[in-house]
Amino acid sequence: MSAKNPEYDFKWCPGCGDFGVRRAIEAAFQQRKAEYEKPMENNVIVAGIGCSGNMVHLIEGDQPYGVHGIHGRSLPIAMGVKMGNPDLNVMVVAGDGDFLSIGQEHIAPQAARNLNITAVVMDNAVYGLTKGQSSPTTKLDTVTSSTPFGKSEQALNPLKLYLTLGVSYLASHVSTRVKDLGTTIADAMNHKGFSIVHVQSPCTTYNNTFMELKGNLKEGIAPLAWDIPEQHDASDLEQAFEVVNQGGVPLGVIFRDSDRPELQDKVDEINSKSFERKIDSIIDSFAI
Amino acid sequence: MQKNDFVVRFAGEGGQGMVTSSEGLAQAASSVGYNVQTFVTFPSQIMGGPTWAQARVSTSPVLSSGDSLDVLVAFNEEAYLAHRDEVRDDGVIIYNAGAFEPDTDGHSFGMQFSELAKQTGNARAENMVVLGALAFLVDMPQQILNEFVRERFTRGRNNDEEIITANIEALLLGRQEAEKSGFSLGELAPPERPEGNQILINGNEAIAVGAVAAGLNFYVGYPISPATAILLWMERNLTGEGKFVYQASSEIEAINAVFGGGYAGRKAMSATAGPGLSLMGEGLGLAWMAEVPLVIVDVQRGGPSTGLPTKTEQSDLLMALTPGHGDMTCPVIAPGTVEECFYAAVMAFNWAERYQGPVILLSEHMLSERRQNIPKPDLSKLEVENRKTYTGSNGYQRYDGWELSPMPIPGTPGSYIANGSEHDAMGDTTHLAERHIQMTERRFSKLKLLENESYESTNTDASIAIMPWGGSKGPASGAYEQLQADGADLGWYYTMYLNPLPKKLLEELKKKDLVIVPELNYMGQFSSVLRSQGVKAESITQYTGLPFKVGELTQRISDRVAQENKEGVTV
Repeated sequence: MSAKNPEYDFKWCPGCGDFGVRRAIEAAFQQRKAEYEKPMENNVIVAGIGCSGNMVHLIEGDQPYGVHGIHGRSLPIAMGVKMGNPDLNVMVVAGDGDFLSIGQEHIAPQAARNLNITAVVMDNAVYGLTKGQSSPTTKLDTVTSSTPFGKSEQALNPLKLYLTLGVSYLASHVSTRVKDLGTTIADAMNHKGFSIVHVQSPCTTYNNTFMELKGNLKEGIAPLAWDIPEQHDASDLEQAFEVVNQGGVPLGVIFRDSDRPELQDKVDEINSKSFERKIDSIIDSFAI
Repeated sequence: MQKNDFVVRFAGEGGQGMVTSSEGLAQAASSVGYNVQTFVTFPSQIMGGPTWAQARVSTSPVLSSGDSLDVLVAFNEEAYLAHRDEVRDDGVIIYNAGAFEPDTDGHSFGMQFSELAKQTGNARAENMVVLGALAFLVDMPQQILNEFVRERFTRGRNNDEEIITANIEALLLGRQEAEKSGFSLGELAPPERPEGNQILINGNEAIAVGAVAAGLNFYVGYPISPATAILLWMERNLTGEGKFVYQASSEIEAINAVFGGGYAGRKAMSATAGPGLSLMGEGLGLAWMAEVPLVIVDVQRGGPSTGLPTKTEQSDLLMALTPGHGDMTCPVIAPGTVEECFYAAVMAFNWAERYQGPVILLSEHMLSERRQNIPKPDLSKLEVENRKTYTGSNGYQRYDGWELSPMPIPGTPGSYIANGSEHDAMGDTTHLAERHIQMTERRFSKLKLLENESYESTNTDASIAIMPWGGSKGPASGAYEQLQADGADLGWYYTMYLNPLPKKLLEELKKKDLVIVPELNYMGQFSSVLRSQGVKAESITQYTGLPFKVGELTQRISDRVAQENKEGVTV
């Protein structure tokens, strides 16, 4: 909305990976709009706090609904929105600090419930908005503004974490492959259950990893990002772990369990077993 | 002379059936038209620990759980020693002769609770042995209890009849034991059945039922004493199509999910206690900032920190008023009786929808487990308010202007951003000073929609007034009656609408020389709130984990009034 709105003065730094993620999200929404013939206001983006959270203000064109809520709490808010109106398409956008540090406690319960939403996590391995502190995905010994003598924690492997917690859909990507990323996000939104698309979205100011991701053949630097081979069977959890254990940044769908019931299925099941209690009969049940 | 009122305390080890006994007595007595009220206090553990439950049975409406005991039922020696001093001079102690033998005190008699129960073939009928003895002491017709037993144990199981027979046998055995003891408390006056239909309900249930009556259809909670019962009630009763109830992984998850539900158009609620409210502060701030309706019930317990999880206190008021950081204040409704719990829940939702923001229903432990007969709510007279929603096209400026505006519902045209950062009319983040001024004033201006609620007032010409809040209303009204009977010239004010206070009430209070606020906390929280609004208020505090006793409170108010009336006018 920045183009129309002079009051909104936030800007991503030039070259920020989040620009690519934004274009991919816009494309995925357009694809969904065409497929389901539902208006844009059927989509809700729930954002946490950080550079990534500003995504919700920066979407161009048709506007989805949005929540720019509390640092780390995008998943529980998304749960409320989705269960409040199961007809909505709910997307969480978060950064590595928001999702994996302060918000990490909320991943496991949603994975266990298989809440039918899509989380797009923009990982730049740094706290950008607060100017360069270490994050859970920052590598061991890295010097940042908050670790002037090197980081004392080893880096978290988020893909391994998600699989271990039992998410029913996991994809990994880079912000530079906008078209593929858009297709993947649309695919994740079509998945019935909790889907995470974890995107390497480098910070040009504090942690520019574009070169590492892409590699440099001339100088013999192997790229961190690699395409998951076509023969990978994403329905097989063991194969999914093998992909993740190969390291680097796999590109594509790592895991997909399409058979698990999602939370709304269970809620419907319970509600069909229980009869609706009318307020009159509830009050009468307390009669003396 | 007939007695119009009696108080029984069942004391012993948790798990011995103290609560069942007091509730059983209450149920039996209310079923024939007596007014009843129970009170329970226990330690925070699954089984065991010193527990006691009290029941008061009266021919007139019960205001408080009673200062002194007509009967103490002591299940063990520890309970006997701890509670015997609270028995009236003409009261009776029934002790469990199987467990201990006290020194002769002139008003005790022993029964072998478990031996007598075993004789009936149902070892679990100990409570009925006790109830039988009680019924004899107050000369309550056996028939009342028999009917109660029949109703309670008719559950459609094969052995219903067997259980009923054993329990009636237990009642008789207890009655015989009491008869043998030679003690009697005199005859209980026959009940004067209250007018209209009555229900027997406790505070937590009344809140839950009131919320459903107001249209609640989205509940997310996390277990915490003494609010857990509301979650459990919802899990069983908020059922059927279009209803959502869920146990969250924490209070942080609960408040944020409830926020999401409210944003998506639901009437959403969570219930918690002090520690949970602490965790919900940030979410409540978001709801205030983004103008999203939701209701949080805080069933207060002793604090701070984990505090006294199963005791009563009125010490969360200041936090409820400002649960989040920054310039915000949360509307607060604090019921003072079980009946008010029902209407407070209805009004909490009405307020949330009317001003579009979070509302805190501030209950307390002493109300939550108090089972009492109340007039059956008349649903046809209930005014339920719904959200003013936006129904236009896209491009709507949701936060335009200095006052409340219709709220768009996701899925329909009118996309906007519910933003915890300061925002412009579309919800986009901004730092402009003039915007922050406008939005801050917009948020506070909406509170004016809540300023015209009702309040109680009596003897408004008096220069000194009593104004309790929440559950201290009961003991305070007992004290007020006493003081009035003694000829004191005192005013009485009361409202469950604590923030914002009814405008007219505040004007009246400001004219007083002294407003005395009985409240269960150290800081004198409500009187400090009143003083900040220009009222000469002063607290009478207590922080024992227990409610005020009417007698003690009467004395303390009387002393304070005497001090104020320097000429020596006594009351």
